[in-house]
Amino acid sequence: MVTRGFFSGRRPPSDTDARIPPGQYLEQGFPVLSAGPTPRVRTEDWSFTLKQGPKPIKKWNWAEFNALPQSKMTRDIHCVTAWTKFNTPWQGIMIDDILADAGIEPPTAYTLALSFDGYSTNVPTKDLVTGKAMVALLYEGKPITPDHGGPARLLVPHLYFWKSAKWVNGLQFTERDEPGFWELRGYHMYGDPWREQRYSSDP
Amino acid sequence: MSAEPSPQSPWQAATITRIEKRTPRVTSFWFQPSRPFTHLAGQHVDVRLTAPDGYQARRSYSIASAPEAGAAVELAIERLDDGEVSPFFHDVAAVGDEIELRGPLGGHFIWEESDGGPILLIGGGSGVVPLMAMARHRTLRNAAVPVALVFSARVWDEVIFRDELIGLDDRLDGFSLVLTLTREQARRPSDYSRRVDARMMAQAIERLPKAPRLAYVCGSNAFVSAAAQALIDADVPAGIIRTERYGV
Ligand SMILES: Cc1cc2nc3c(=O)[nH]c(=O)nc-3n(C[C@H](O)[C@H](O)[C@H](O)COP(=O)(O)OP(=O)(O)OC[C@H]3O[C@@H](n4cnc5c(N)ncnc54)[C@H](O)[C@@H]3O)c2cc1C
Repeated sequence: MVTRGFFSGRRPPSDTDARIPPGQYLEQGFPVLSAGPTPRVRTEDWSFTLKQGPKPIKKWNWAEFNALPQSKMTRDIHCVTAWTKFNTPWQGIMIDDILADAGIEPPTAYTLALSFDGYSTNVPTKDLVTGKAMVALLYEGKPITPDHGGPARLLVPHLYFWKSAKWVNGLQFTERDEPGFWELRGYHMYGDPWREQRYSSDP
Repeated sequence: MSAEPSPQSPWQAATITRIEKRTPRVTSFWFQPSRPFTHLAGQHVDVRLTAPDGYQARRSYSIASAPEAGAAVELAIERLDDGEVSPFFHDVAAVGDEIELRGPLGGHFIWEESDGGPILLIGGGSGVVPLMAMARHRTLRNAAVPVALVFSARVWDEVIFRDELIGLDDRLDGFSLVLTLTREQARRPSDYSRRVDARMMAQAIERLPKAPRLAYVCGSNAFVSAAAQALIDADVPAGIIRTERYGV
C-alpha cells in the first residue's frame, strides 16, 4: 500500500542496499535499548558459566576468561527497532573456543544466553558455533561500556540484536527451544532480520 | 501478546479519524484500524510508510489512549525537524488518510490494574505517552492504585496533555502529578525547574502511601539512563524498574 504524500525518504545509497535487511534503515550512531536500568557489573564480580540444564559444566572468572584465545569480528548489526549499523568491530572469545576450553561438544540443540540482570534469550546452538558468535569483550578496541552490555555481551550478529544478550554471564544448553525474556513478551523465537522475524506472529 | 497464528499480514490499514495539536511540537493522531484490537496500557504500534517506488520507513509509536477508550488509537507524535517519519505526520498526513500499522506490540512496558501499585511513572518529553495510557486506564477503571507521575519537559508549553494531567491531579484520588521544567521556572508551587535527580525521585515517592511496587521510565535514551540512575540512587530496587527507550 503506497502512502499518500510520502516520497522523499532516506533511501540508502544503492551500493549499500544489499546489506540492509527489509524494513531497516542505516544508522551512524549506536542507540541503546534495554528492559531496565543499566547494571554496573565490576570485573571483580564477573563470572561466566556454561550449564547443561541446571547443572554447571564450567565456570571462569574475568582473568581466566580473558586468557582464552581472543578473536575479532567486524559485522553489520540489525536492531529490531529498525536500525542497521555497518562494520561494527568486536573482539572476544568465540563460543567455539569456550566449548573447547570446557572440553565439550555442544550437548543439546538449543541454548539460553543468561545475563546478570536476569535477562535471557534463546538461540539455537548451531547459530552460536562454527565461527558465528562470540562473547565480546571489546568494541572498537576498547572495553564495552555498561550501556552497551559491558563488561561482556553475547554477539550473534546474523540475528536481530536483542539476541546478542548484554551483561552476559552464561550459556545454558537446553533440550527444548525455551523462550527467553523478550521471546516470552512477543518477540520472535529465532529473529532472522532477512526474513523480518521481529514478532512472534511473523512467519 | 496474542500468539494466534495469523495467515494474513500482521500489517493492516488504519484510517486517520482525527488530528489535534497538543503542543507546538507534538500532535495527536487517532487511527481507526480496519481490524480493531484491544491493547494494554504501555504498548506501542509500528507504523510503516511506503513511497511509490516501494521504499518503506517504519517507526514505533506508543499508544496514548486507554484500552477502554474505543477502537481508535491515539498516537502523540513529536516533530523532529530533520527526521524522516515524524515530519511526514506533521506536514502531510490528513484526516481520511490510510496508514499501515501493526500491533499492539510490546509485552514488558505495560501496566494493568491487576498489576497493582503503588506505581511511579517517570516520563521525559514524548516519553510521557505510554504513561498517559496507564494514567487514563487507571482513571477509566476507577482504580484506587496510588500513582505518582513525574513529567520532565523543557517548558510549560511543551507539557503534553497538560490540562488533562492537571485535571487528574486535582481529583485528589491517589494520582499525583509532579512537573519539572528544565528550561523555565516552575509554575505550580510543588513543581520543579531542574533535571530529574535522586532527591526529586525520593520526594515523588513520599507522595505515595508506601514504596512503589513498580516504576516505569520512558523517554530518550539519555533521559532514561539519567532517570533510572536517579531512581537507583533513591534506593528504588533495580528489579522493579521497567524502561522504554525511544532511541536517540
Ligand atoms: C517503543 C517506542 C515507542 C515510541 N513512542 C513514541 C511516541 O509515542 N511519540 C514519539 O514522538 N516518538 C516515539 N518513539 C520514537 C519514534 O519511533 C521515532 O524514533 C521518532 O518519531 C523519530 O522518527 P523520525 O523518522 O522522525 O526521525 P529519524 O529519521 O529516525 O531521525 C531521528 C533523529 O536522528 C537523526 N538521523 C537519523 N538518521 C540520520 C541520518 N541518516 N543522517 C543524519 N541524521 C539522522 C535525525 O536528525 C533525527 O533527529 C518511540 C520509539 C520507540 C522505540
